[in-house]
Amino acid sequence: MAYGNFYQAALPHTINQPTSPGLPKATMDRKRSYYEDIALFDSKAKLFWFIALLAFLVAYPHIVPSNSYIYMANLMAINIIVVLGLNLLVGFTGQISLGHAGFFCVGAYATVTLMIHAGLPFIAALPLASLITALLGFLLGLPALRLEGPYLSIATLGFGISITKVIGKMEFFGGRQGLHTPELTIGGWHLNTDIDFYYLAVGLTVLLTIAARNIVKTRVGRAFIAIREADIAAQTTGVNLTYYKTLAFAVSAFYTGLAGGLFAFVLRFVEPEMFTLLMSILFLAMVVVGGLGSIMGSITGAVLITWLDLQLRHILTIPYIGDWLRALSQSWFSITGVSNIQYIVLGTIVVLIMVFEPLGLYGLWIRTKKYWKTWPF
Amino acid sequence: MIDFIQMVLSGVAVGSSYALMGLAMVLIYKTSEVVNFAQGEMALAAVFMTYLVLAFHGWPFHLAFPAALVFSFFLGCFLEWAVLRRAKTPNVLSMIIITIGLEMIILGLVSWKFGADPKTLPFPIGPYDAFMVGDLFISHLEIMTLVLALGIMVLLFLFLRFTRFGMAMKATQQNPVAARLMGIRVNRVLMVTWGISAGVGCVAGLLIAPTVMSPFMMWDPMLKGFAGAVLGGMTSLPGAVAGAYIVGVVENLFGGYVSTEFKSVVAFVIIVVVLCVKPSGILARHYVKKV
Repeated sequence: MAYGNFYQAALPHTINQPTSPGLPKATMDRKRSYYEDIALFDSKAKLFWFIALLAFLVAYPHIVPSNSYIYMANLMAINIIVVLGLNLLVGFTGQISLGHAGFFCVGAYATVTLMIHAGLPFIAALPLASLITALLGFLLGLPALRLEGPYLSIATLGFGISITKVIGKMEFFGGRQGLHTPELTIGGWHLNTDIDFYYLAVGLTVLLTIAARNIVKTRVGRAFIAIREADIAAQTTGVNLTYYKTLAFAVSAFYTGLAGGLFAFVLRFVEPEMFTLLMSILFLAMVVVGGLGSIMGSITGAVLITWLDLQLRHILTIPYIGDWLRALSQSWFSITGVSNIQYIVLGTIVVLIMVFEPLGLYGLWIRTKKYWKTWPF
Repeated sequence: MIDFIQMVLSGVAVGSSYALMGLAMVLIYKTSEVVNFAQGEMALAAVFMTYLVLAFHGWPFHLAFPAALVFSFFLGCFLEWAVLRRAKTPNVLSMIIITIGLEMIILGLVSWKFGADPKTLPFPIGPYDAFMVGDLFISHLEIMTLVLALGIMVLLFLFLRFTRFGMAMKATQQNPVAARLMGIRVNRVLMVTWGISAGVGCVAGLLIAPTVMSPFMMWDPMLKGFAGAVLGGMTSLPGAVAGAYIVGVVENLFGGYVSTEFKSVVAFVIIVVVLCVKPSGILARHYVKKV
């Protein structure tokens, strides 16, 4: 009898119907079968809001006042892709990587070089460049099998710095002057304006987010999380460490390379000096602020830090804060160094988040949700 | 042949400043297993404070340099007390991120106050007067850095092994709870460790400052010092120094014989190769962890 009930509950279509017709299918976070767990949308409400979000994204370029908002949205989309990849590696698999600017650089240069020298169209160059970056990620993952913690951080750091230097010195890639990107055409569609690029970037971002969520919810994602928690124990239960660790590096590099390929077309120009150690640290800050180990966290972290970064570049033009800052600079500090306020604000945010809420913005969201769900207890 | 010895000597000289940074980082890692990316910036703050009092307030050297050491000691203590101690999850990644954040804050503040143009620090020993031993060229500053690096390494080694506080530091690293039960004030030990480490970094900064002084001057020595410490083993003080010297010499030899552009690349490649063979560095004891 007990076995019969067990098998019945496992098959979705034979679950006993609730007595009251108005009751939802699954209450709160309870999942009653594997299929419910991996379903894309937990409830009709989430599906509705997702469609509303898609509608907002489609209408966004037409409702914003100026072009700078679209440029900001493009940058945000690219950073979301990078942060998704980095979160897969750092948040879900627990491997520290301080060298993702290197993958970003390789993705950008590979796309542009494939389009210029091999004559491939963009639609073929971008995936191919991402695969090349993924191969590089796999190669970086091989020594990473033996390293952990600070040793892995120095290896990835060295990789990030070295790749940028090597690419910057080779004349084939344009040397120090960099390369100009060719025209972007997909089929017969010429992407000349920011709005066209916006649709391309946001479309790719939505697809990659769904892909990342699927990775995380299924077997591969569970293997990553097992490696993060206790890798030797995971190996004893059958998770092939070599395969999954290198796969984590490769997938993360794929995402970052793809974002790099898109980034090359935002500025229409790539040069090696753009991909600094500071960029790697910025990516890591986005992951940490958003939330290690969550997809929604990656998106919020990327959006917030990109917005902050762009705002801080012209902080002196903001009404009250700008004037106060200018007065402070003239009396205590030097006026020329006000752009360094970026470092200070970013550093402060990172430190505050890590000290008070280690799970980042997603952790704050979860705590708020729990508080209200269990109110008034 | 002379070129080779000259390059080795310059490598040893530059390795000494890496060694001081490496020592500072290993000291903190030995006691609390935190990789301190803010090491360079704590030294930077002390160096720029020294510049302020030397150039604008006209303090004499023998007053300014000890004051810098004291300032960096208190800065290190303050950072540990105010920020590191309040962190809720002391896992590796969180601590690295916190120290990176601190590093950015201090870098931003120093850069904001002093501007990005290079300055010169008044220093009793000029960076360009040198000894000539035959055809070999080694400057006074480099000899002083070498002597100080080795001297501080020996001092720290003796301090850790033969004094009670050094023993307290080792006990804190091995088992903080047991150390607390034995009457060691773990919080105070951590705070003073950060202070001493900041002081060592300050010495490194003051010795680098005569040659180059700009807000980004400590990034390269810190990264190379960290790399050297990783190479030699993050839990061993002589290892940090040995690793830093190896990095300095190899980098210089590669730069002299093959190409100057890929110098730092080869340093990192060597480190990755060595780490693949011996995952916790050359001179370190590999601590076996419980599964």
